[in-house]
Amino acid sequence: MKKSKLFAVIGGIGLAVLSIFLISADHIDAPAVQGTTADITDFYAFQGQNTSNFVFIANVQGLLSPGQPTDEAVFDETVLLEFNIDYNNDLNEDLVIQAIKRGDSMYFFGPTAPAFSGEEGTKSTIATSTRRSVKISTRDDVQIAEQDGMKFFAGPREDPFFFDFNQYNAVLSGTASSFNNPGMDTFAGTNVLSVVVEFPKSMLPGGTTGVNQFAPSTPMYNVWVEAKRKQ
Amino acid sequence: MKTLKYITLFAAISTSLLFVQCKDDDDNVITQETCTDGIMNGEETGVDCGGPDCQPCGLVLDFSGTYIQEDQMGRPGINTVFGTEGFKDAFNVTVPSQMQAAFQEKFETKLLGLNPAYTSNALGLDASTFTTVLSNDVLWLAQSGVTTYFNGTEILTGRALSDDVIDVSLLLIFGGPMGDQNPGLTSDGVPTNDAAFSNSFPYLAGPF
Repeated sequence: MKKSKLFAVIGGIGLAVLSIFLISADHIDAPAVQGTTADITDFYAFQGQNTSNFVFIANVQGLLSPGQPTDEAVFDETVLLEFNIDYNNDLNEDLVIQAIKRGDSMYFFGPTAPAFSGEEGTKSTIATSTRRSVKISTRDDVQIAEQDGMKFFAGPREDPFFFDFNQYNAVLSGTASSFNNPGMDTFAGTNVLSVVVEFPKSMLPGGTTGVNQFAPSTPMYNVWVEAKRKQ
Repeated sequence: MKTLKYITLFAAISTSLLFVQCKDDDDNVITQETCTDGIMNGEETGVDCGGPDCQPCGLVLDFSGTYIQEDQMGRPGINTVFGTEGFKDAFNVTVPSQMQAAFQEKFETKLLGLNPAYTSNALGLDASTFTTVLSNDVLWLAQSGVTTYFNGTEILTGRALSDDVIDVSLLLIFGGPMGDQNPGLTSDGVPTNDAAFSNSFPYLAGPF
């Protein structure tokens, strides 16, 4: 196809939605959560340094400038961050790991079966039976808690996302025809608030094979993160 | 308080050992002080509170209440890229099992809007199949082995910090079946983060 046509199409869409378009993996992704304390910027799930463990990372409150804005950013005590795990591939959460701030610490619950799942999965109560915590870190006071084979961190970190967002917008708006090489990381030098949990894979039942057609014999979990506000 | 507890404990143990020829030693009853053993011990200043290891005494933690979803995320950039037609907020509060029915057609329309020439991509997925996979916005995580969005070999087995998810997404949207179409749009030219990640917990770099 002709590029001019492509860019005409992209440009048309881009102009209409520029103000809310892609800023990062999920940074300010939608009007209702944009810039709020419940705005998830990124979610990572990977095998830990100890390959018997999984690591979940949720970042919130993106685009924090260095120095005072970062040092003054705080987790919201009314916002529950919830890592969801579906091990039987029905797209319903079977286990959750919950994180919420109280005082100077981040409290963690689970992995445990959620009170609500499936169609009711947008609703949560906190399962207080398995409580663990870590003191929230600051720039100069990094706190890591290890309890029951799990590790916990909560606090400001450098935004791990990298993307030439400005050039992307230029392409969308029709003022540029392509990306640059090298491009410029729009998120270089900005921070986020991070919650990191590492836990033994043995805390989960086995995953399901045949989920990922590119690795059909490897058991998979479906995982995602949610931000929920106290009513 | 402490004394009373120990007397009670001692009495209970003594009773249970009444017919056993065995020396009781209540120093061994609690072998390690913890913040959940129901006894003021260690450096605690109250029962299971205070001191350097436990929560402050008098701290009442309230975890009650109902929490309602405002944002969600599985794979990177899904809502931001495909949810631009007035349904972004709805997508964020839709459970994964209902996403495909609600959003797959909208995603396909958006994909063909971004790249009208789309036929297939480097994964061999046509527009319908590709947007079906993406509309179920959960991240696949392999139970064992390498976990990466794409590392040249493994495909969609997790998401590691160093994964260049933007280039993967651009390639799959714009690159065509061989990945060679629209070459100016298939990479943003930013292959790595500006700060180095750690191999050990918490893996992320410290803040600027």
